Amino acid sequence: MLATIGVGSIDELFRDIPAGVRFEGALDLEPPLSEQEIVAHLEALAAKNVDSGQELSFLGAGIYDHYVPAVVDAVLQRGEFLTAYTPYQPEMSQGVLQAIFEYQTAICELTGMDVSNASGYDGTTVAADACYVAKHATGRARVVLAETLNPQVRQVVKTYAPGFGLEVVEVPHRNGVTDPDELAAAAVDAACVIFQQPNFFGCLEPAPDLAAAANQAGALPIAHVDPVSLGVLEAPGAYGCALAIGEGQGAGNYQSYGGPHYGFIAARSDYVRRMPGRIVGETTDVDGRRAYVLTLQTREQHIRREKATSNITTNQTLLALAGLAHLSWLGPQGLREQGETCMALAAYAKERLGLPELFPNQATFKEFAIRVGRPAEEAIRVAREQGVHPGYALKRDYSGMEDALLVCLTEKRTSSDIDRLAEALAA
Amino acid sequence: MKLIYEKSQEGRRASTLPPNDLPVPEIPQELRRERPPRLPEIAEPEVVRHFTRLSTRTFGIDTGFYPLGSCTMKHNPRVNERVVNLPGFRDLHPLQEEEGAQGALELMWRLQQILAEVAGLPAVSLQPAAGSQGELTGLMLMRAYFADRGEERRKIIVADTAHGTNPASVTMAGYELEKVETDARGNIDVAHLREMVDEETAGLMLTNPSTLGLFDEHIEEIAAIFHEAGALLYYDGANLNAVCGISRPGDMGFDIVHFNLHKTFSQPHGGGGPGGGPIAVRERLEPFLPVPAVVRDGEAFRLDYDRPKTIGKVRGFCGPFGVFVRSYAYIRAYGPRLREMSEVAVLNANYLLARLKDAYELPFDRICMHEFVLSARRLKREHGITALDVAKRLMDYDFHPPTVYFPLIVPEALMIEPTETEPKEILDEFADAMLEIARDAAERPELLKEAPHNRAVRRVDEVKAAKRAVVRYLFEDHPDLAEEPSAARELEAQKGA
Amino acid sequence: MAAAEGYPDGLQYHSEHDWARIEGDEATLGVTWFAQDALGELVHYEPPEEGAEISRGSSYGEVESVKAVSDLIAPLSGVVVEINQKAVAEPETVNDDPYGEGWLVRIRLSDPSEAADLMDAAAYKSFVAEQ
Repeated sequence: MLATIGVGSIDELFRDIPAGVRFEGALDLEPPLSEQEIVAHLEALAAKNVDSGQELSFLGAGIYDHYVPAVVDAVLQRGEFLTAYTPYQPEMSQGVLQAIFEYQTAICELTGMDVSNASGYDGTTVAADACYVAKHATGRARVVLAETLNPQVRQVVKTYAPGFGLEVVEVPHRNGVTDPDELAAAAVDAACVIFQQPNFFGCLEPAPDLAAAANQAGALPIAHVDPVSLGVLEAPGAYGCALAIGEGQGAGNYQSYGGPHYGFIAARSDYVRRMPGRIVGETTDVDGRRAYVLTLQTREQHIRREKATSNITTNQTLLALAGLAHLSWLGPQGLREQGETCMALAAYAKERLGLPELFPNQATFKEFAIRVGRPAEEAIRVAREQGVHPGYALKRDYSGMEDALLVCLTEKRTSSDIDRLAEALAA
Repeated sequence: MKLIYEKSQEGRRASTLPPNDLPVPEIPQELRRERPPRLPEIAEPEVVRHFTRLSTRTFGIDTGFYPLGSCTMKHNPRVNERVVNLPGFRDLHPLQEEEGAQGALELMWRLQQILAEVAGLPAVSLQPAAGSQGELTGLMLMRAYFADRGEERRKIIVADTAHGTNPASVTMAGYELEKVETDARGNIDVAHLREMVDEETAGLMLTNPSTLGLFDEHIEEIAAIFHEAGALLYYDGANLNAVCGISRPGDMGFDIVHFNLHKTFSQPHGGGGPGGGPIAVRERLEPFLPVPAVVRDGEAFRLDYDRPKTIGKVRGFCGPFGVFVRSYAYIRAYGPRLREMSEVAVLNANYLLARLKDAYELPFDRICMHEFVLSARRLKREHGITALDVAKRLMDYDFHPPTVYFPLIVPEALMIEPTETEPKEILDEFADAMLEIARDAAERPELLKEAPHNRAVRRVDEVKAAKRAVVRYLFEDHPDLAEEPSAARELEAQKGA
Repeated sequence: MAAAEGYPDGLQYHSEHDWARIEGDEATLGVTWFAQDALGELVHYEPPEEGAEISRGSSYGEVESVKAVSDLIAPLSGVVVEINQKAVAEPETVNDDPYGEGWLVRIRLSDPSEAADLMDAAAYKSFVAEQ
């Protein structure tokens, strides 16, 4: 090969690199491992983690231990899906393109919207994306966030805001939910309002009233929703929202210490040209055959460059495909039953635990906040000694919640699990 | 092939759930779902068949040679899939107490150390979700750095060969964009650069080797120009596969570097993601890194949230952890032999270049790095065959085409990156195919114009797709696009521009 | 059917590949054959609003093909009095008839003397030949 190239050694191939920037010697890294040594090393690291197979966990707060069916694994293991690139050459990638089109359809069905993209990075960055859409759609420079919106989502929006030239304002919660009149006042001159349903505390927000308040003020209402709840809770598109966003993990992805998962963003058709990221559209080929292709690419960075709707390129396609496989496995009946089961378990847990609720008399979905009568981290430590993780310490994000725990019930829990939780908290 | 929705039959389902006999609380009427979402109603056998068929209509690295320039389509070792699925990683909640997540924290910390060594820069954040997000994070760091120093700097300079994400990131970070030209040798035009850099310049965004596959011979001078003006240099790590252990971005003079874990470090591309875009920075930028930081405390590892100067958070939790597991396992298979990975990548690219440069046009006659750019301009002028036609015809040989029409400064561009995991015989097969296509451009052009011949579909009507914008299945209202006329004229890809 | 290459006399031309048909204190603006050929079949036209002020040398709208976006650069300054809705609804009209049915906007000129800086058909033809 060197002869064909016309050089005498591999070193000559790097002759254009100036001597001053050549790295001499070897990288200071540990020596290479054989395959079995890699497995042994990674197994040893994994063994130092306490995962939800080893501890009865009621942790939620944005990432959920929902059941992932075996068909999802089967789909993710197909080497073609795993190792394909972005489908820029449609003739080679009808499989991925059609799957993304089906995913887009599923997200639109869940959220009641007209257009979805092929995925965003996660449930936090899609909120920043949505603010960018709203800014350009309204020409306004302020965004309003409910305080009951996931704290990490708010933090990410605030990180992106200066570069976008946006001011961020928060509306505080009132007994665990958002007051539509307060939201209306804050929404004057705002580009958008983002609220969460169910919210970070697990409470059901008066979502249609919040959307109406935003619309009255000329701000785009944006709902951050839990896909698992959309078999029992109304779709944002049905109550006046302009965009719907969220974290897809609960529908088809393992917890995986926080990632990779998939964010979703969907909008009414008015906003299709402002949507960030990839969109797959339907068309025909020269023989009239139905075909799928990346479309409206002029929005994207590779064409519009500095005026693109986003810089996003690589997104979360494989995880979104897992979401599609999961939703296909569930079906509309399954999704509704799953939502009902979570609600039933949560209601039973509230009663069985008998501990004061942080927000009494609020309707909730699969999570709720309780007061444990001592610092939350204490309760967690004691419970974990009995093999139970009782939930998330809300004081990590909110002041005045020293003794509050956010408890999550997914369909993987049973009533005897709840009995164990009660005992662990009573200890 | 039917859509999964077209295979739905009312009442069918794949899922089984444990029975619930507890009472279900009532949802207030105004919040309740009125009409169920029209998800597929389909049993498991058909679900499996559907996705299996879809996968057979998809071409991956597992299927064949995939020389997409700037994408680094290298083989994804299967052992990485085994370890990422260990329950200790897969089923770990990100809010688990730190003492219950020591394995995850240690893995991240070790990966940070490795990336620091490869970059030649001491401080690392794994948080950004992809290269684009790494770029945006890097620009946010620059803003924070200059704000902290009380300096107002408005402009970022980007090469005219830059990937579109660079200018898009510049806008999202609230900076103004300026473009510097490339000279006849494929290096940044240093004279042009000198005129542009002033006290309002925040920094440079550059890939080295560039998207032309060429190492910038003046990189030391370029770095000096920016540093003398008090500005910073950002390294787009998309092309790092060429220089691991051979030249480190920190030593080249860059202050911020992003890695593409889904390129250099073998996170599988997944049809468009996930990826990972961690960044490494110089000491003086460390205080601004995203929060939390993963730190070592004696024998233990923990998350440090006490970072008063942080830019904040760019993504949830610590980043795409599953991607870290794969990249970490990948790198542990190499250790210091990452250098050999780069050497073979560069060898393979130069070999293909040598075999192809006479049949096609080579805009910059230099040794290339891990990728190279050819032009099909002569084929277009003499036979009306474009880079697009070459790409479509390659599909008939069971190869994925290279990147086409990028970088923008080369007309009818074909960007080819073989990577180090391809054996010589595959490279020769590909070269033979490319040479035959060049001959067919003269002798049998209609064969190329009508390619591909044996894929699931033939060339698609992108004009109709853009105009009609059918972006979801519309159930009973779904149009039959076959009944709508195609574009009256044959579409050509980007003309000139 | 895309039009054949041509640059009619009677129009004024601009280096950004637009044309102007000046009639009294108003002008109709569009893009030339060269521009529509470079872009390919147009799929979208984003016009300015009626009543908007546009200024010479600045962008007043956008046209898109599948693979490219192009700013529309105003050859003359003025106020938008009419937008060609046909070009909005059927952007390919611009490819088929760039100087007739494919006109983009009509403006009331704010500075008619700017017309002196535009090229005639012959000058534009030479300009295009050098591209």
